[in-house]
Amino acid sequence: MSAPFSWIRPEPWGVHIVPADCWVDPGKAVDRALVTHGHADHARGGHGETYATPETLAIMALRYRTGLADESGEIPTKAIPVEHGETIRLPGDVDATYIPAGHVLGSAQILLEHAGERVVITGDYKRRPDPTCAPFRVTPCDIFITEATFGLPVFTHPPIEDEIAKLTKALTDNPDKSVLVGAYALGKAQRVIAELRAAGHHDPIYLHGAMEKMCRLYEEHGVQLGELRLVSDHTKDEMRGSIIVAPPSALNDRWSRRLPEPITAMASGWMLVRGRARQRGVELPLVISDHADWNELTRTIDEVDPQEVWITHGREEALLRWCELGQRKARALALVGREDEDD
Amino acid sequence: MEEFAALLDTLVYTTSRNRKLALIADYLRETPDPDRGWALAALTGELDFPAVKSSTIRNLMKDRVDPVLWTLSRDFVGDTAETASLLWPEPERREGNVPSVSQVVEMLGALNRNTAPKELPALLDRLDANGRFALIKLATGGMRIGISARLAKTAFAQAFDVSVDEVEEYWHALQAPYPELFAWGADGGDPPDVSNRPRFRPFMLAHPLEDTEVDVADYAAEWKWDGIRIQLVRVGGESRLYSRSGDDISATFPELLDVLPMDAVVDGELLVRGAQQGGPENEKTQGGAASFNALQQRLGRKTVSKKMLAEAPAFVRLYDVLIVEGEDLREQAWTTRRAALEALMPRLPDTHFDLSSLVDARDFEHLAEIREGARDDAIEGLMLKRRDSPYIAGRKVGLWYKWKRDPLLIDAVLMYAQRGSGKRSSFYSDYTFGCWDGDPDTGAELLPVGKAYSGFTDAELKKLDRLVRQTTLNRFGPVREVERTLVFEVAFDSVHTSKRHKSGLAMRFPRIHRIRWDKPVHEADRIESLRALIRD
Repeated sequence: MSAPFSWIRPEPWGVHIVPADCWVDPGKAVDRALVTHGHADHARGGHGETYATPETLAIMALRYRTGLADESGEIPTKAIPVEHGETIRLPGDVDATYIPAGHVLGSAQILLEHAGERVVITGDYKRRPDPTCAPFRVTPCDIFITEATFGLPVFTHPPIEDEIAKLTKALTDNPDKSVLVGAYALGKAQRVIAELRAAGHHDPIYLHGAMEKMCRLYEEHGVQLGELRLVSDHTKDEMRGSIIVAPPSALNDRWSRRLPEPITAMASGWMLVRGRARQRGVELPLVISDHADWNELTRTIDEVDPQEVWITHGREEALLRWCELGQRKARALALVGREDEDD
Repeated sequence: MEEFAALLDTLVYTTSRNRKLALIADYLRETPDPDRGWALAALTGELDFPAVKSSTIRNLMKDRVDPVLWTLSRDFVGDTAETASLLWPEPERREGNVPSVSQVVEMLGALNRNTAPKELPALLDRLDANGRFALIKLATGGMRIGISARLAKTAFAQAFDVSVDEVEEYWHALQAPYPELFAWGADGGDPPDVSNRPRFRPFMLAHPLEDTEVDVADYAAEWKWDGIRIQLVRVGGESRLYSRSGDDISATFPELLDVLPMDAVVDGELLVRGAQQGGPENEKTQGGAASFNALQQRLGRKTVSKKMLAEAPAFVRLYDVLIVEGEDLREQAWTTRRAALEALMPRLPDTHFDLSSLVDARDFEHLAEIREGARDDAIEGLMLKRRDSPYIAGRKVGLWYKWKRDPLLIDAVLMYAQRGSGKRSSFYSDYTFGCWDGDPDTGAELLPVGKAYSGFTDAELKKLDRLVRQTTLNRFGPVREVERTLVFEVAFDSVHTSKRHKSGLAMRFPRIHRIRWDKPVHEADRIESLRALIRD
């Protein structure tokens, strides 16, 4: 019998499940990939087989044509759906179960079981309620591989209601202007819109062209977003007093010159740090994150109570220190290319 | 404190000057006395609590947060006050009310080094994260949120619809929380009685001469020295030194405080001793000023070492006298004031004062010749003052002109561009340019030598913005590194050695003179040509 957990091996471009010859969230094209969610630092095109939730596969089809036929009618990249709660058997006697992670539509943690050993890979996750996706579930395991994007004790994300209230107040205070919200096109944008609707904001919301398809995909999966319009179809005056949602890269782009006196807002966990907001020229920072904050990270580790914690992408050092202070066994994995993009 | 914390927070994220003014003005209108006065003092950096330093805060945090986690957090956030405000453990329940700004100021003022570590935590427990940030910033000084004293005064003037010049006049004679100022501005009371207190009088300023020609019979000419314009005031034996913006810089130049032998208000150029700035004809009478670079070493200090006082002592080269021994000369013609100044000179110690000499010219052409000859003397140019002009605050057309010597020019290559703010917020409008450190045809590199954000038209800005976007090599936050394709002809007033820049050079007032769309980059100037222009 081999050493404990030798069947699972962290490599720079992903976690390798050796007996199944299969990778979790690999950063390069592989024959067989298990994908936790659709963000570009976890999902990419070109895998021979992709195992993911139906929602994640839909996102990957949209972004990378995963599971779609090419010109010749062949399907070069096979998509295998795994529902939340479903267990699949991989080669080499490895079982993989997909469990909701609460990060974005379709996001999953992956529980891997082999030879009586249990490993959970969280992908990205949060513990706050989110109307656009299923909530995180605590899953007992031996090794817990957690993200640490906001792994510093300064990060305490405020309740989203407070931030949505800041946004609607800016609109009420400036009826002749507009509020331009920078939000990541997959997940953040739809969550902000859904929370606005839940807070009673039923006016049309204007979208940057890059947002349109993903919003439609969310609606097809049952997330109601209310009336959405495209900026390109409307005049400056029509958009006065409105909320406009665009990818963060468009905030200071020439594109924004067509908007009526936009107040620049940005929905991101990084907005908690004043310097970060100022760097981006954000006037109205909205601390809205799809990742666990420090308290969620530490509470989750306590609740899962694994034998060992492996920490990936983010500020591993501080979480490692926290584990050490609490006499938990922990190590940092150096995975390549895992950064927050514009969370 | 909540309103003040909210104001600070909003100011942090506001780049437009007009919006900043409106925010401060709203706050001043809506906040009662004396809170608004203390807030104004905090914004302009006039509060000082010796018992609370940045180290006090760090020590408090060490007792509450693991030192490794503190250091990691501080490094990431980049600001001690902000990190502490975020890491401060939230109390189970907030004890007591949120204190007002005045209560905070009173409590902070009563602290000493022994009581601070006990009293501060109780105060922090009464506030939320934003409040804690505001409290720590207020207590430790240095808001660093881009609010100058001038901006705050302008906001006051705007809030209560009074003249900013008047605000300026009273401000410096009054102490925080400025009750007399608010009684006058906000409540329509009498202007503050500041007759017996030292205070700043707004400077008379000059327009650029540009294409105007003047008759030397109507205008007197004098050198424009390359130091800092100051106003030295003595009232009732008490002296103050004010900078051009009206900031009290007495502490920076203590050697000038006890040297006026009579009550007076004089206007002049502050210089430090050295051999650079003479004056062509009369080196004996006007010698002995160092270059601006030497003076710069002394600027911005709160305390001055003995060594510094000995090595670079300051003196004032006098331009004008506004008031002498109770007599206000501001309504008088320049000729009368000049005569009064000349009559005053024998009574002033020549260790600390000399007189800015007049430049005699037969006619305007002759004056132009003299100005050309002055290039090598680190003189900024000439001042032309209408002989019958009274001393009037601000810039009035036709009275005073500045006629700067022609700028120095150099061809440099665009290397980096940064997005502007306000109206230019989506445009790359701040340009860093460099010169070659050797022969560009044999592998020399460009070293940045300066940064400019003016001197081009809106149409040129659009074109430059497009070029930056099309030739981006790298992005660093708001900055883009661009391919080396464009040459700027850069105008500047002077160049000095500097340890702060990799090229070892720092330019004064660089601006884009012409955009050389036509010029190949290897024909841009080398660092040596720039270095040859140093006059330190």
